[in-house]
Amino acid sequence: MKSAMSASRISTLHLPPYSNSLISNLELPDDHSLRGSHDVLVRDDWEGLRLAFDVRSIRENFPILQRKVYGKPLVYLDNAATTQKPQQVIDAITRYYTEQNANVHRGVHHLSEKATHEYECVRCKVRQYINAAEDREVIFVRGATEGINLIAHCFGGQVVGSGDEVLISAMEHHSNIVPWQLLCQQRGASLKVIPIDDDGEILLDEYEKLLTTRTKLVSVTHVSNALGTVNPIGKMVEMAHRHGIPVVIDGAQGAPHMQIDVQAVDCEFYVFSAHKIYGPTGIGIVYGKEALLESMPPYQSGGDMISAVTFEKTIFNRLPYKFEAGTPNIAGTVGLGAAIDYVSNIGVEQIAAYEQSLLNYATDAVAAIDRLRIIGTASEKASVLSFVLEGAHPHDIGTILDQEGVAIRAGHHCAQPVMQRFGIPATARASFAFYNTREEVDTMVRAINKVGEVFA
Amino acid sequence: MSDLRDLYHEVIIDHSKSPRNFREIDPADCKAQGYNPLCGDELTVFMRLDGDVVEDISFIGSGCAISKASASMMTAHLKGKSKEYAEAAFQEFHKMITGQGEDAFDKALLGKLAVFSGVCEFPVRVKCASLPWHTMHTALEEKGEKVTTE
Repeated sequence: MKSAMSASRISTLHLPPYSNSLISNLELPDDHSLRGSHDVLVRDDWEGLRLAFDVRSIRENFPILQRKVYGKPLVYLDNAATTQKPQQVIDAITRYYTEQNANVHRGVHHLSEKATHEYECVRCKVRQYINAAEDREVIFVRGATEGINLIAHCFGGQVVGSGDEVLISAMEHHSNIVPWQLLCQQRGASLKVIPIDDDGEILLDEYEKLLTTRTKLVSVTHVSNALGTVNPIGKMVEMAHRHGIPVVIDGAQGAPHMQIDVQAVDCEFYVFSAHKIYGPTGIGIVYGKEALLESMPPYQSGGDMISAVTFEKTIFNRLPYKFEAGTPNIAGTVGLGAAIDYVSNIGVEQIAAYEQSLLNYATDAVAAIDRLRIIGTASEKASVLSFVLEGAHPHDIGTILDQEGVAIRAGHHCAQPVMQRFGIPATARASFAFYNTREEVDTMVRAINKVGEVFA
Repeated sequence: MSDLRDLYHEVIIDHSKSPRNFREIDPADCKAQGYNPLCGDELTVFMRLDGDVVEDISFIGSGCAISKASASMMTAHLKGKSKEYAEAAFQEFHKMITGQGEDAFDKALLGKLAVFSGVCEFPVRVKCASLPWHTMHTALEEKGEKVTTE
């Protein structure tokens, strides 16, 4: 992403009119403090361009960012685990329960009609957000994990048989390992792993070698939660397709940070969770190509996923309802819709550019710390800064930073094979969102230096 | 919230940097592995017994400062003591770090281990301090299975 940006010479920045109140592009003075100006600055030189949001206005939308922890301002840098929610999302959920609550797809009354309409509108918003061709290619699930389980169960169950192989990468989250492991065990198939290099980049040559007639499915993450690597998913899909192999993309860490275009990538499936893109927990989506979804058996069964039921047989509902048994998480879906609106109003490209700038700043800042080693140094990275500190275990770093109000993650990040690959038990991980600031990075750096003092 | 020094007492820092009895005992009369999946702490506790007496006790592994110091001080504390004493110390240590109150545990029995009393203020770190003790307990019971804090 970084290279794609630096390659483009930006002469005009098109901002949607409604975004003016929320963001402005302005040159940051050297002391990084924000000026009140709303002038749009246009420069040809990307490196010279300091693209910045009006972060202060954005932060005001996130009530939790105003709170203190142990008397210190909260510095929330655990966004890869879950993001905070803007007031707009919180309000949408409150409004739904206050004014609209009813069950969907079944009532003839006014509220049910409204709730159904709103629920289906969000499906359309998701479709637009990921540029799917059809609304019915978007299935609501609990989150990325359930999404992968759905695909493994319904699609994997169809295409993977005895002696076949499922291919994943060495940087997968457990949620993109275990469902395939279980599937392979059930089917007598093997799970193969694409190796990564010391920077945390997929070895494409090795990947090519692993694509064989036995390979029935590839499932890779868009962005690594532990390393921050942005995988070349377009290229990887293309390579798999040359062998006729379908590809699943785990977008849990991709969807929050960059423009998603499932048609351009041409993946068969893409999943993400709402709570990582500023929406509520317990809701996420599976995108699947229509023809495949049509061919797959249902995931769970019950109400809503049927057209007609007798004691002899059941006729399943059409897409997407075939995969949405039972009363769905309607309020969560409404919250997801509000989150997509919020993110889209700022602009995913603007978010990506700001986060990239913040990541670069943070990378430089921590790289200067004595005895610190960054884990994950891929050329294309998004918003994740994993590191280890000689003489201090990540868990101790986490506790000491916490005392300074700085929330990071310490541990294996549900990616134990990644830790094994790098020969470390755990890392400390700061992960950024567009509401984070350079000042917060500075606070984190001071707190990391305090770790050195404690263990001096 | 307590000061960081309540958790990272100088004695704890010292033991984490230079752990005592950090070695294998081979052959050991009993040993057990402990694992904390939350932070990846992993250690093995070895013991050599002479009847009811813990003649030698040691550990190896990797972990955070708290778990390492806890293992180090536990081995120093239990060497030469009876199995019964070790089990009693485990109970008292557990009461102390889970914050059951000043009067709830036997301070005299724990001695220097009192430096871990601050751990109770840091609930997510309690497992770090207790892992070596759970592992020692399992070794004594000779269950031979892996202990996990989860």
